[in-house]
Amino acid sequence: MPSPPLLALHGVCKRFGVIEVLDDIELEIHAGQVVALLGDNGAGKSTLVKVISGVSPADKGSIEWEGRAVHIRRPHDARDLGIAAVYQDLALCGNLDVVGNLFLGQEIRRFGFLDEVEMERRTRGLLDRLTRGIPDLRAPVVSLSSGQRQTVAIARSLLGDPRVLLLDEPTAALGFEQTGEVLDLVDQLRDRGLGVLLISHNMGDIKALADRAAVLRLGRNNGFFDVNTSSQEQIISSITGATENVPRRTAAQEAGW
Amino acid sequence: MVKGTRDTADTTRSGPTAPGAGAGRPNRGRAVARAAERGVAYFRRKLRAGELGSLPVVLVLAAVWITFQSLNSNFLSPRNLSNLSVDIVGTGLIAVGIVFVLLLGELDLSVGSISGLAAAAFAVLNVNHGVPEWLAVIIAVLAGTLAGTVQGFSVARTRVPAFVVTLAGLLTWNGVMLYILGTSGTVNLDENGLVAKLTSYYFTNDGAAYGLAAIASGVVFLVSYQDMRRRKAVGMPHRSLRGITVRTGVVAVVAFTAAYLLNRFQGLPLALLIFLVVVAGLDLVLRRTHYGRQFYALGGSMEAARRASLSVTRVQTAVLAVSGTMAAIGGLFLASRITSVSQGSGSGVLLVNAIAAAVIGGTSLFGGRGTTWSAVLGMLIIQSIASGMAITDTPTAVQFIITGGVLFAAVLIDSLSRRSQQARGRA
Repeated sequence: MPSPPLLALHGVCKRFGVIEVLDDIELEIHAGQVVALLGDNGAGKSTLVKVISGVSPADKGSIEWEGRAVHIRRPHDARDLGIAAVYQDLALCGNLDVVGNLFLGQEIRRFGFLDEVEMERRTRGLLDRLTRGIPDLRAPVVSLSSGQRQTVAIARSLLGDPRVLLLDEPTAALGFEQTGEVLDLVDQLRDRGLGVLLISHNMGDIKALADRAAVLRLGRNNGFFDVNTSSQEQIISSITGATENVPRRTAAQEAGW
Repeated sequence: MVKGTRDTADTTRSGPTAPGAGAGRPNRGRAVARAAERGVAYFRRKLRAGELGSLPVVLVLAAVWITFQSLNSNFLSPRNLSNLSVDIVGTGLIAVGIVFVLLLGELDLSVGSISGLAAAAFAVLNVNHGVPEWLAVIIAVLAGTLAGTVQGFSVARTRVPAFVVTLAGLLTWNGVMLYILGTSGTVNLDENGLVAKLTSYYFTNDGAAYGLAAIASGVVFLVSYQDMRRRKAVGMPHRSLRGITVRTGVVAVVAFTAAYLLNRFQGLPLALLIFLVVVAGLDLVLRRTHYGRQFYALGGSMEAARRASLSVTRVQTAVLAVSGTMAAIGGLFLASRITSVSQGSGSGVLLVNAIAAAVIGGTSLFGGRGTTWSAVLGMLIIQSIASGMAITDTPTAVQFIITGGVLFAAVLIDSLSRRSQQARGRA
């Protein structure tokens, strides 16, 4: 590989009490690639996203950003590196309006006060690119539909021009049309050179969109696949555990795919 | 009322025009009817969305005033209204602190005790130990801040609900107050001292009240106008000039009427001036700075706030520190009103009234919604009922029952509007 991956995880472990949720996880995300993160319920997918985004940092293991070791201990660290995440529960403040949610924790200030006009202008610009039907920017988010909320959450993650985007089941709560919109959006982001980690249960979405797939099972790596050359059956059997104990490839070997 | 009447100002637009809809020249009548229709549609939309703002509160206040005025024509006299405006300040300042706590969906039960503690600390330091007044005031207020900070830090660290920690605080600070007062029981304050002046000084010059009214209207106009111009410059939706004028007009009418009435008695009370400045200042901090945004965010979703890198511990501590500080300041105003501090200071219905004022004024018990202006509106209603009852010789028992009923109605409206918001979100 000519350039090191944007983000690489080596031997990441995470335990909650006595339960080992993540055990010795390896993962690489390259620029301009969509990596699907697959696994059954409780496999540790969401936990892994939280580890990468700094919400609940890893207990052990190393994280490399463009080949140099970094520490992600707080959400701030991840954001400073250029990692943005959209969580399954979206984590929006229902009482704040769209603009307030987008800029939460990174408000634009003018003479020390919030610059609502500028924030609204940028929100409008960002949403214009993402979606056709812009909701009322000053309505509290609790009054938006789930599709609109998803759009707001993704827009927020794109605000700081991230290099790596983590999407935790972005289409789970969406209808047919909105799902298509989100997938188009992810495609667009990949073309712009972002690295995307996509958690999804929908094999159709993954076949259509992902370049590579990493499977987790019971908190461990259970296979890496090139989505274009692997069959759906191969991937599914790896998720369900039918092909357990696949000899783990080392990071060097993985670089080949 | 600079910012708090924003929604009201918009909705009341339909009020004056509606009666004229059928009358007048046909052309003008049609325009008026259209305007009224728009107003009604706007009101309906807000009602369905559960965003009524302060409209119900203003209506209740109007109902209370009309009722008592019809029972006793002295109720709306300049003298009574002026006294009312001073009486709301002590408890109102405490209610402002409660608003901060309610924004996080928490409750502070210790504010009554802290207000008593601060008053006692001031009285004993100043009267019994001869500490200069300004120093005693600072120490008393800092005592409130400290008490609040200790409680806030415990809440943030132990994750015990604030009402439990502050329930312990209620007893503890009350005990500390009784200890400080010792056997002396009641301490009388210097009638001509700084603290006594807080509620007894009036700006007798007519210019003071009118000047304040003019400044308030001017600020409302300039801020809205500036906002409109900037939005226009970048091609974003903005209020019309007419809308801004109407809004400023409503504020100006309210402000100048109040100023006129105050001047008919003794002029602008210093206490009212301080109260309004504090409320407006804290409103500015809450809604126009990134510090204030954190309170709303945490009240909306703690998890979302945490993921946005906000410091949950710091905000939770700050909230109770603010309410402790405001309780101490309010306690000094209450002591100033009766120029004495006794073992009963900060007890009785004070705590209930402060919380009720914030909730009646429109601050949600569920967190995330409300402004400091709700403390003013809520306190106006509670004190109007109390004053009206006193003027009409109604027993206190009835006063409690009615205030309780209003509080219940406020809680009902709060939870209904919350439900309708969620229902709309699900659709």
